[in-house]
Amino acid sequence: MNLLLTVILDGLIQASWLFVVALGLTLVFGVLKILNIAHGGFYALGAYLAATAVTLAAAHAVPPAVGFALMLVSGAAIAAAIGLMMERGLIKLFYGRDEVVLLLVTYAVFLILEDVTKLIWGVNPIYANQPYELFGNAEFAGLFYVGYDLMLIPLSAAIGFAVWFGLNRTTTGKIVTAVIHNAEMSASMGVKINRVYALAFAFGVMLAALAGGLTAPKISVQPGLSSEIIILSFAIVVIGGLGSVEGAAVGAILVGVARAASVHLLPQAELFMIYLIMAAVLMFRPEGLFRRETARRI
Amino acid sequence: MNRFKRFTQTFGMLAAGTGAMLAWAGPASAQDTFKVGIVTFLSGPAAESFGVPAGKAAEFVIGELNKGAGPAPYNKVGFGGLKIEPVIIDENGGATKQVQELRNLYQRDNVDAVIGYIGSGDCLAVAPIAEELKKPLFLFDCGTPRIFEEAKYNYVFRTSAHATQDNVGLIRYMKLKNIKMDTFSAINQDYAWGQDSRADFVAAASQLYPNAKLGSDLLPKFGAGQYGTEISALVAAGSDVVYSSLWGGDLQAFILQSVPRGLAKRSQLVLSAADHVLPPLGDKMPDGVIIGARGAYGLMSPKTPLNEWFFTGYEKAYGVYPVQAAYRVTQSILGVKNAVEKAMAKNGGKKPTTDELVAAMTGSEWQSPGGLIQMKNGDGHQAIQPIAFSRTKYNAEKKRVDLVDIVNFEAECVNPPPGVKAIDWIKGGMKNDKCK
Repeated sequence: MNLLLTVILDGLIQASWLFVVALGLTLVFGVLKILNIAHGGFYALGAYLAATAVTLAAAHAVPPAVGFALMLVSGAAIAAAIGLMMERGLIKLFYGRDEVVLLLVTYAVFLILEDVTKLIWGVNPIYANQPYELFGNAEFAGLFYVGYDLMLIPLSAAIGFAVWFGLNRTTTGKIVTAVIHNAEMSASMGVKINRVYALAFAFGVMLAALAGGLTAPKISVQPGLSSEIIILSFAIVVIGGLGSVEGAAVGAILVGVARAASVHLLPQAELFMIYLIMAAVLMFRPEGLFRRETARRI
Repeated sequence: MNRFKRFTQTFGMLAAGTGAMLAWAGPASAQDTFKVGIVTFLSGPAAESFGVPAGKAAEFVIGELNKGAGPAPYNKVGFGGLKIEPVIIDENGGATKQVQELRNLYQRDNVDAVIGYIGSGDCLAVAPIAEELKKPLFLFDCGTPRIFEEAKYNYVFRTSAHATQDNVGLIRYMKLKNIKMDTFSAINQDYAWGQDSRADFVAAASQLYPNAKLGSDLLPKFGAGQYGTEISALVAAGSDVVYSSLWGGDLQAFILQSVPRGLAKRSQLVLSAADHVLPPLGDKMPDGVIIGARGAYGLMSPKTPLNEWFFTGYEKAYGVYPVQAAYRVTQSILGVKNAVEKAMAKNGGKKPTTDELVAAMTGSEWQSPGGLIQMKNGDGHQAIQPIAFSRTKYNAEKKRVDLVDIVNFEAECVNPPPGVKAIDWIKGGMKNDKCK
């Protein structure tokens, strides 16, 4: 019983930050219909910015809680601004072109971001673990857990709920949903498509940076973060269904819990586990678990 | 027309004359210098822990030797009077790139020798290339025992001991200190270094702790960075000992994530290569962790004039004390110096040919800051060396992690004898009469 609880909790902790990354990725795909490889770059950027914010806050004797808030806000805000510029200045030039072209464009941005982070922060690992001690420790199922890790679960659930609520229960969300379903029809009804695209893209990459900021205190922030995360988040959105918030949540939980279960029970299979789930889901649901129904165009 | 002809003739003569003057008074000829390629990680995950300290140490030591400022017996300028001319390149980018870079060093830069390589994969890839080109290559750091166990080389040497000593030494240390190990767990990276280290440790444990049971046995991928689930598994296993060969950023992340969760309190942590993370971790490193440094290095180095010169000189130059990779590149440079001077003593003081250098290096031995290095294994091409282990203890006054309970092991005690494969020696009981 203890083992089961441990596996579930470990899985949820991992799923929590993966979900925030995947949520951004799936949202951008849903609205703009592009697979944004640069998403991993924004995650790394968020982690680096968070690490810098934490280091600066510690140097200026800012209270840790304020430092933590600064860490999240600064990374997300800067990433959103860069995302906005990227969409307006680059991505929009390629709308209507083949999907592969956009894939290459975002891949190019991914490579540029990778080098920019190296240029600014160098190649050595950076540590920003002060916030990691903010939430104390808690005992659960006979094991000690770091409060920070446990805090990530409700926080990411709240972020997920906010996005779901925004999309399904607000006017702006309804407009975005309309664009997701049929951009041309929405445009003819007077929706400013370009604005929706720009905001959705900025919001999506902001989520990536936010997830990067949230994980920064737990890890050594170093080059290579971006490629690592993009593979994982792609796997999650493919399992969940591209463009689906619920899919991203279920995909993240599946990946997190399966990985935790394999580490505890069958460590040799850990690397293979994600791809096993992906293959199993795609065999029965080629569109992913929660792919939206789309109306047939006449 | 005539004027043009006269002008071109004059200009041509002037140009030729200037060229001849320059050639006559030009740069030092290849006979006055010894050009050496130094390959180390200047970027990538291994840069901070190993590559950059090694690069700095190489610059410091070569600078000192060129000034003739080394302690005896290393007080001759450069290599036997030849100025050392280093060409430092980045090891990052994978084995294929390194093969090309090595060819460039020998064929384009015309280096006399190459000292390099930290990654085991890189070492395995470049050794055959040096052999093919018949050029001297001195591997200074990589850990895999396979280099000279699976091939024979004439032009390739490794001037430091391989990973077997780290794990055999660790087990010997634990036995000596009566560490209880009825059960143990392991976490190592899923690539050559992690797998080889784990295999050696498990094999050595089965010799000295025959009843010890392996609990959680984890192999996360290189650069994983997040070990939450792994730490749960290790804490839940509750083994007496948790062994790891993690290093660099991965090891730091593992320590930072596992300490608040009480892993170090529940199990005795033993780390085969951890001295390099002590300066960055500081008080985040728990007390009482058993660590190795891949030699008698850093805070475990011997009190000799040679080590004093290196340790304090490096610390003065870079504001931090030297750790394993810095020591390892230094012992390699001093080994080459020793071989060059040995060869020159034989050939009447001329710059040695490749074959003379190789002959002088084979089976040689020399003093280094970390102790005596002996090219005893791999037909005189693979070094063995003494090694030290200790426990961590934070020193609040100095604001650094000190090392206590230091035990030194003779080279033969932790390395296989000549001609025997490491794993066979371990499984055969690690017989040696030089052990305490």
